[in-house]
Amino acid sequence: MNQFTHLDILEAEAIHILRETAASFERPVLMYSIGKDSTVLLHLAMKAFWPSKPPFPFLHIDTTWKFREMIAFRDETAARLGIDLRVHINQEGVRQGMSPLTHGSKMHTDVMKTQALRQALETGKHDAAIGGARRDEEKSRAKERIFSFRDRNHRWDPKNQRPELWNLYNTRLHDQESIRVFPLSNWTELDVWLYIYRHNLPVVPLYFAKTRPIVQRDGMLIMRDDDRLVLKPGEKIEQRCVRFRTLGCYPLSGAVDSKADTLEKIIEEMLLARTSERQGRLIDHDQSGSMEEKKREGYF
Amino acid sequence: MSFSFTAGDSVGEYFKRYNSNELLRFLTCGSVDDGKSTLIGRLLHDTGRIYDDHLKAIEADSKAHGTQGGALDLAFVVDGLKAEREQGITIDVAYRYFSTARRSFIIADCPGHEQYTRNMATGASHCQLAITLIDARHGVSTQTRRHAYIASLLGLQQVVAAVNKMDLIDWSEARFRKIETEFIAFCAKLGIADPIVVPISALTGENVVSRGKNTPWYSGSPILELLESVPICHPAADAPFRMPVQYVIRPSLDFRGFAGTIASGSVKVGDRVRILPSGRETRVRRIARAPEDGGDLSIAVAPQSVVMTLESEVDCSRGDVIAGIGGPCDLIVAQSIEADVVWMDEAPLMAGKMVMLKHATKLTAARVIRVRHRVDVNTLQTHVADTLSLNDIGRIEIETELPLSFDPYRKVRQMGAIILIDRTTNATAAAGMIRTGDAADPHAKRAHWETAPISSVAAPVGQSLVSVRERSDRWRQKPIAILFYGPSGSGKTRGAFALERALWQRGHAAIVLDGQMLRAGMSRDLSFTAEDRSENLRRAAEFARILLDQGFVVILSMGAPQEKARELAEQLIGAERFMAVDCTQESSRDSGAVLQRVMDRITLS
Repeated sequence: MNQFTHLDILEAEAIHILRETAASFERPVLMYSIGKDSTVLLHLAMKAFWPSKPPFPFLHIDTTWKFREMIAFRDETAARLGIDLRVHINQEGVRQGMSPLTHGSKMHTDVMKTQALRQALETGKHDAAIGGARRDEEKSRAKERIFSFRDRNHRWDPKNQRPELWNLYNTRLHDQESIRVFPLSNWTELDVWLYIYRHNLPVVPLYFAKTRPIVQRDGMLIMRDDDRLVLKPGEKIEQRCVRFRTLGCYPLSGAVDSKADTLEKIIEEMLLARTSERQGRLIDHDQSGSMEEKKREGYF
Repeated sequence: MSFSFTAGDSVGEYFKRYNSNELLRFLTCGSVDDGKSTLIGRLLHDTGRIYDDHLKAIEADSKAHGTQGGALDLAFVVDGLKAEREQGITIDVAYRYFSTARRSFIIADCPGHEQYTRNMATGASHCQLAITLIDARHGVSTQTRRHAYIASLLGLQQVVAAVNKMDLIDWSEARFRKIETEFIAFCAKLGIADPIVVPISALTGENVVSRGKNTPWYSGSPILELLESVPICHPAADAPFRMPVQYVIRPSLDFRGFAGTIASGSVKVGDRVRILPSGRETRVRRIARAPEDGGDLSIAVAPQSVVMTLESEVDCSRGDVIAGIGGPCDLIVAQSIEADVVWMDEAPLMAGKMVMLKHATKLTAARVIRVRHRVDVNTLQTHVADTLSLNDIGRIEIETELPLSFDPYRKVRQMGAIILIDRTTNATAAAGMIRTGDAADPHAKRAHWETAPISSVAAPVGQSLVSVRERSDRWRQKPIAILFYGPSGSGKTRGAFALERALWQRGHAAIVLDGQMLRAGMSRDLSFTAEDRSENLRRAAEFARILLDQGFVVILSMGAPQEKARELAEQLIGAERFMAVDCTQESSRDSGAVLQRVMDRITLS
């Protein structure tokens, strides 16, 4: 009689983790980053506490360089579900005119994402931050805990992690320490898409192929989302039918040529693909092991 | 190949197939050079789980640090963190994912260096099956025996031994058979049923994903086929219904939902259930689910995460367990347990250590009463020990401040598993598997006053120059002792101090003896065993007797869970000077009524 499929088990596990977080921490927050993983996470959070709303706020770290369609989708989703969505921008970074185009991806990510996240978590006195990261995304994540400890300085120490047994999570903290919680740890990219497909969840239209203004830069297809992206000599805008496998700051997110304009076609394309989803992200390519270093510094 | 999806296939059909995949979680363990990483790399590579850009990175890594002379080193697929890549070892459990047309898999990759016990226990706690790597050149080693022992301790149902590097012993059947026989014999000692032994070469891929040409004498299945076909038992499904309450959902006054993950068994709307540890009975009214998710369920089964409402307004909150009634075994409720533990902390475990204990959704303070023995994982012999060090496995007795509602680990894994947390560092110090509770322990010691007769002769008041009558006249009261008892949170201390205040205002001389107060000093040597709880009450009663003899009203606030001990206290103090208030009863909350009863007893006629 017990015919549970692996998606059912992953779903039950994620709901368990979300409830455990709500029950064990004083001020948890869910990091909502608008992408497909966040979409699944949000759906699971709505489900875990139904008929109540999730007992924690949602937080978006806005780098001011997200695609406009992402921001529109974010606001529409928050309004539709009636959730408490908060947006944080590192105003100091804005004053400095921080830009991935002039300061480079490393500094931009550090100031507008990592520092911004720290500010938001400290201001909100959040002792737990729920994120949508998956272990299969990247090598350094394979050993990440589901409840991942961060010291007072938000640092992750890969050599000093708490062993995690059964579903008995150790949520004990000292003052100012915190935990990052990853309910989707055991999901793969395919699981995420198939879950979206199974529940027909709305996603940002950028995942679907459409003709968009594209410039080729450093071997990547960059969409010109606004006029802050100034063309370099020799560059030109071309109208290409593209879509995005991962979403972030638009100058750092590479598009792929694609005709997949439905959910089914996206999944089909992914099943036939031979490159991993993070390849479209500039920040991972700085050097081998770069994600690990970012995480030690507090990157989500 | 796993992703048997080619251009032109229908995603809908593929989804149906994938969505019907079962999930198997298995672990891999082996010593440093057994080729474990290569085996996993081989499984992921040959099932198409490695993308082209990853493969390029692995090729680059192979050239820079590889052990295969610059050729593709599949071990780099899994050797993740920078620190360990540079040291050439993996330092922690890593999780990998792949699927085939039949199943989805999660691999817990457990490294084999000095932290093996802690790592393997961690990995095994999430898994149904273990693959242990044996180097064909060395045969069954001490490490192999350790791995098999830990697998059996953690209750894994299936153990597979992959005899690797067969290419280095010229695919010798004789050598393989010898290893096979030895391994099977060892597993029999541990009670592991039907272990499977496979000759492989992770390097060449022989018998990993598909059968090879070099082992025609091997009639069994390659590793992947085994993984796809071993029966996945959901041990929990046939067990009695258990759901630890995680969270109470109260959107409005007319909905009180108990949310949790079903640890074992199944439950239907209308089923009779019992809330533990209180023991209250009720029925399941709804297994609620949002209309957009398909609406309410009529039945729910482990390991689903659900929210249910109950027929009556029973007291039930996080940490309680909702259990089925009339199953093959009853949940045990106890405050004193015996467990096998894997000690994971740098600081050794010693008797008397105070820890935090997490069981299901309950977190409680606990004290380690004693270490019974330590197991030598190499010989499986037990040795009397009074401490456990990092990576030791042993049996201990623990007492908890709050009662635990559990099943023995070997019956229901999720209901018998515990972790111990260091109170100072918050480190996860141990993983434990509960064997029994005090109810089942015939050797539980009785407190001294439960076996020796109580002296009925009042203690001599001594050479006091103040008479009983004089004291009575001075305080204008008949001295009595009032015992407020009940579990923590029942309001006994509040009741005791409220009574003290009320008596004070009426000019009486009353003294409060609070159980926690006594434990801070007079009873600091005592723990929370039934025996020591009883002893704590005895001391309080003896102290009360001295105070009563000197004319004071004594208010005791004690947990005093055992009826036997309360009777003894009454006997010791004397029924004519004793009054008990059960703080779990509604009537105890009416402080006016309690005061009236006390006034009736102490007022001089």
